[in-house]
Amino acid sequence: MINKVLEKISGKWIFLAVIAAAYLVAVAVDINLAKSALWEFVFLFEKIIPVLALVFALMFLFNLFLDSQKIIKLVGESAGVKGWFIAVAGGILLSGPIYMWYPLLSDLKEKGMRDGFMAAFLYNRAVKIPMLPLMVYYFGLKFTVILTFYMILFSIINGVFVEKLLRLKSK
Amino acid sequence: MERDSAMKNAFVKTFNNFKQSFPIIIGILLLLGLAITAVPKEFYAAIFTGNKFIDPALGALLGSVLAGNPLTSYVLGGEFLKQGVSLLAVTAFILAWVTVGMIQLPAESLMLGKRFAIVRNAVSFLMAIAIAVLTIVTLSII
Repeated sequence: MINKVLEKISGKWIFLAVIAAAYLVAVAVDINLAKSALWEFVFLFEKIIPVLALVFALMFLFNLFLDSQKIIKLVGESAGVKGWFIAVAGGILLSGPIYMWYPLLSDLKEKGMRDGFMAAFLYNRAVKIPMLPLMVYYFGLKFTVILTFYMILFSIINGVFVEKLLRLKSK
Repeated sequence: MERDSAMKNAFVKTFNNFKQSFPIIIGILLLLGLAITAVPKEFYAAIFTGNKFIDPALGALLGSVLAGNPLTSYVLGGEFLKQGVSLLAVTAFILAWVTVGMIQLPAESLMLGKRFAIVRNAVSFLMAIAIAVLTIVTLSII
């Protein structure tokens, strides 16, 4: 019976319910901790509002101008070097936390985006141009240049590995 | 007229996709709020052992389970260096912080597929250590 109920409830609501339960536990254990956590949530939410708007705008434009055929041509199975370039450049240039881009990627995946390109895009979310001066401040210019170079290079290797492993598993 | 209809369709489609993602985004933010508040920053540095082989793996592990703004990882990394943690371990830590997401894993699984999320995070975890080693080796050569 409970399994049937769970099957009907989508995973996202179960995910949210588990986190709400964790907050209830926090309230029971330490109400001040729960309050601080909620304030942190409000702070984080306020910070991501501009990124949410950007993601919404991009998804709207993609839905308006790019159909599945165009998506497949740009970042589908046969996209090749151009697809890697789009994934790497998109990952570097688009701002905001990694999880903000899941809805867009989920949408593009449905339309035919390659797993390797998704992985490369997500890996390049680590290369944050506005944060580079801060990395230089903490770790030095030489370290920052070398690490950034390896991150970009390995984002492609990451994409290739993820794709190969997923294909290996599905065989 | 046709243009208006296409715009309306694109908007409704985007809105519906967004509506689907919203509980997941709220869930991640709530989880991040709890994780950031519940674990004191002093706790992190105490994890490192001083062993040059174990510490990079510990750094990557710590970076994988923690999340937040990359700036926080730089500040923490800087503090770790001051406390004597190796640059190799700190590099693995800041790399895993931005490329691996244990907190986001349930959300990534729900939206991009469970297998994709697990494989991507596992590969990124190993690469955090590999890139850290390469960076330190390159730094010592140049």
